Amino acid sequence: MGKINQKSSRWQRFLDNDIVYSFLTTPGAMIAATITLIAITATFAAPLIAPYNPFDPAQISLWDGKLPPAWTDGGSSAYLLGTDNQGRDMLSTILYGGRISILVGIAAVFLGMLLGVTLGVISGYFGGLTDTIIMRIADVQLTIPGILVAILINGIGRATLPLELREEFAIYVVIVAIGLTDWPQFARVARGATLVEAEKEYVQAAKLIGLPKFTIILRHILPNTLRPVLVIATIGLALAIIAEATLSFLGQGIPPTTPSLGTLIRVGNEFLFSGLWWITFFPAIALIILVFSVNLLGDWMRDALNPKLR
Amino acid sequence: MSNLLEINNLSVDFPSRRGQVAAVNKVSISVAKGEVLGLVGESGAGKSTVGNSVINLLEPPGYISGGEIIFDGTRIDQMSNEEMRKIRGAKIGTIFQDPQTSLNPLMTIGKQLSETLIETLKISGSSALQKSIELLDSVGIPNPDQRLNAYPHQFSGGMRQRVVIALALAGDPDLVIADEPTTALDVSIQKQILDLIKSLCKQRNLGVIIVTHDIGVIAEIADRVAVMYNGQLVEEGKVRQVLQKPKHDYTKSLISAVPSGDQKLDRFTVVDYIDGSEEKTTISNVSEHWLSKTKSSEAHQTAISVENLSIEFSIRKALLRKNRIMLKAVDDVSIEIKTGESFGLVGESGSGKSTLARLIAGLYTPKSGGINIFGHNVLQKSQKAKTSLIRRKMQMIFQDPYSSLNSRMTVEDIVSEPIRFHRSTENSNETSKVIKDLIAFVGMPVSSLKKYPHEFSGGQRQRISIARALASRPEILICDEPTSALDVSVQANILNLLKDLQEELSLTMLFISHDLPVIRQMCDRVAVMQNGKICEIAETDKLFDYPEHEYSKHLLGLMPRMDLFRL
Repeated sequence: MGKINQKSSRWQRFLDNDIVYSFLTTPGAMIAATITLIAITATFAAPLIAPYNPFDPAQISLWDGKLPPAWTDGGSSAYLLGTDNQGRDMLSTILYGGRISILVGIAAVFLGMLLGVTLGVISGYFGGLTDTIIMRIADVQLTIPGILVAILINGIGRATLPLELREEFAIYVVIVAIGLTDWPQFARVARGATLVEAEKEYVQAAKLIGLPKFTIILRHILPNTLRPVLVIATIGLALAIIAEATLSFLGQGIPPTTPSLGTLIRVGNEFLFSGLWWITFFPAIALIILVFSVNLLGDWMRDALNPKLR
Repeated sequence: MSNLLEINNLSVDFPSRRGQVAAVNKVSISVAKGEVLGLVGESGAGKSTVGNSVINLLEPPGYISGGEIIFDGTRIDQMSNEEMRKIRGAKIGTIFQDPQTSLNPLMTIGKQLSETLIETLKISGSSALQKSIELLDSVGIPNPDQRLNAYPHQFSGGMRQRVVIALALAGDPDLVIADEPTTALDVSIQKQILDLIKSLCKQRNLGVIIVTHDIGVIAEIADRVAVMYNGQLVEEGKVRQVLQKPKHDYTKSLISAVPSGDQKLDRFTVVDYIDGSEEKTTISNVSEHWLSKTKSSEAHQTAISVENLSIEFSIRKALLRKNRIMLKAVDDVSIEIKTGESFGLVGESGSGKSTLARLIAGLYTPKSGGINIFGHNVLQKSQKAKTSLIRRKMQMIFQDPYSSLNSRMTVEDIVSEPIRFHRSTENSNETSKVIKDLIAFVGMPVSSLKKYPHEFSGGQRQRISIARALASRPEILICDEPTSALDVSVQANILNLLKDLQEELSLTMLFISHDLPVIRQMCDRVAVMQNGKICEIAETDKLFDYPEHEYSKHLLGLMPRMDLFRL
């Protein structure tokens, strides 16, 4: 009995939270969150819900290749969104491809966040020469368009891998490439937040207790810098998904054997002028909806976590 | 004498998710021409809201839910924004709290003044310029014709506030609302600004509403005073009458809570009307308790001795040394603080008193000079282990209770952190017992341990800060303006707590404040600081009765003379 009461009060307190309240009163954020959630569950449950497995040669028949969507002339009810040139079901490929896109996006953002936040907090806390060196590197990297940096890192990564491993490791190379492109954003935000927090009196109190620098950074400063970082991470996720798609579209990313959304768009692009519009169109729409809703979520989060902006 | 402004039964509501909050509840006040009305109350009393609703600048979602505001015979509370805009500036001028933010930093003050003049008086540019000079002259800015082209940052805080007053007077208003006009200023400037407002009021036959939390300001300037508490008007009347014979209990306690500068009391008068403050549990037999287990065996006569200490900050950075501009924040300071003594450090903002405290605490490294704590030179590089052991005996209580606690940690984690880190207890059972003792010792309920800092008020947070400082088992406590961010009623409680702690734990205390009456009550000896230098060190009573240094005399002369009204 007591336990249930406590649980309900905890639930009440959760609902009472300002951020939760703001979420529940912002329809845009709720729609965006729903779509993002559906996209993530659907793509991750792809093996369970997709009508076909596009990677199983037994389920692919070239005879069914290049079929248009089910509702158009010549479409087959077996393939709702049509098939690509190899006879793979578009809906299934989008679900499987979306999974790769989201995975790469999340992993890349995590890598960028880990690197950026670490360097940013160190930079902000210690200041001086350390700060100058780290932030100048970030500045220089920001002057070069991100996608070029990613292509460069990607190219170097591939070139150093032995030939037989390239296909297998392509996805990791892409993650590292995007992650290494991302970090300056995180570093800047984390550094700014650290500069603000380090001046606060609770940090001085921690110094007086005699805590070592590392403990102060980890226990006191880091948790207080995470709010703005979270916002950047959400918007960064959308950007990382786009970056992956761009790399794959340019043929620099995920190989066609394990397609991501970007790869699908590229494959479809070759057939666009022969009238097979659906091979490009549906993956592109999926990409747009995904990125748009993640972005919307990030925007809402920025407003909700920073009441001064409103 | 007919009333210039009349507020009848004004109510202001702020709708929020958790229901309506009545910020102002049926308040009726009036101001006549040539009269200064003081509106006094503690934070959250609704005094600023009254001021803002007169000029129709209530912060949304607040709105006027009842009553009327009549200005010069017309009702203004229902006017549209456009109509109101013509009254604001032209008929009602406003002086805001912080002169740093109420002027546009990108415009010269001449531009800002003439812009307002052209808009409100509909005059030409050249005559506006002429009028600006007159205005600046009337608020006491020297060489006004040359200062017109200066930017706000080229003025000092007090001068800037004068410019703000000039701006408020630009439209030749009949009523001026001043919202905490001197709170952001030093005492010496406060007096000048108050005198200026008062004389302008009489000269121009203005009605003035002064909104303040400081009874001293009211005593200084107001003709009549209205006391607000919790959105309601509790008392109104002539200043002398209200301050001498307060009728309402709240007013009585508010007046008695203001520390007196002329006699030394045993304890601060606690405003029991406001804060149903928890009784502090005393730890029986403190000498046996965990808190005093590590009292140094070797007794030292002097706890802190500072010799010729100096520190500089660069105001302008440059590659070449000769181009740098340095500010000597602490300049060749020597003090000695005896063990068990309560030592006060007083001075105006920028005098270097906080910097000195942080130097002693070890948060800054000095440029030259020496610091000895209990006879140990803490600046020498060798013997680091001993230095950190000694440093631990020194803890600090900070000014801002809102930034001095990590908002991501529970109170329990905050208070136990030093104990856990130094492993100063045998096991976790003892730790939790000690924490409970500590939190009760500073007068907080044990249930607060599981809560987060944002669930507490400023005074309670300050108590938590004190508990955290005690958890390191300090022998020296540095208090940097521990109560200047708090209301008077809460101030008394915190100061009493600090006083008791000092006595019971026989702590050495370095107490920093700009508030002379507080220093008088708290300290045995006082050092007066100005521009990074120590002007005078004396016994407290001696300093207050027979100050020797010119600056000490000056400071003492500025103390609000509450005694005029005390019986």
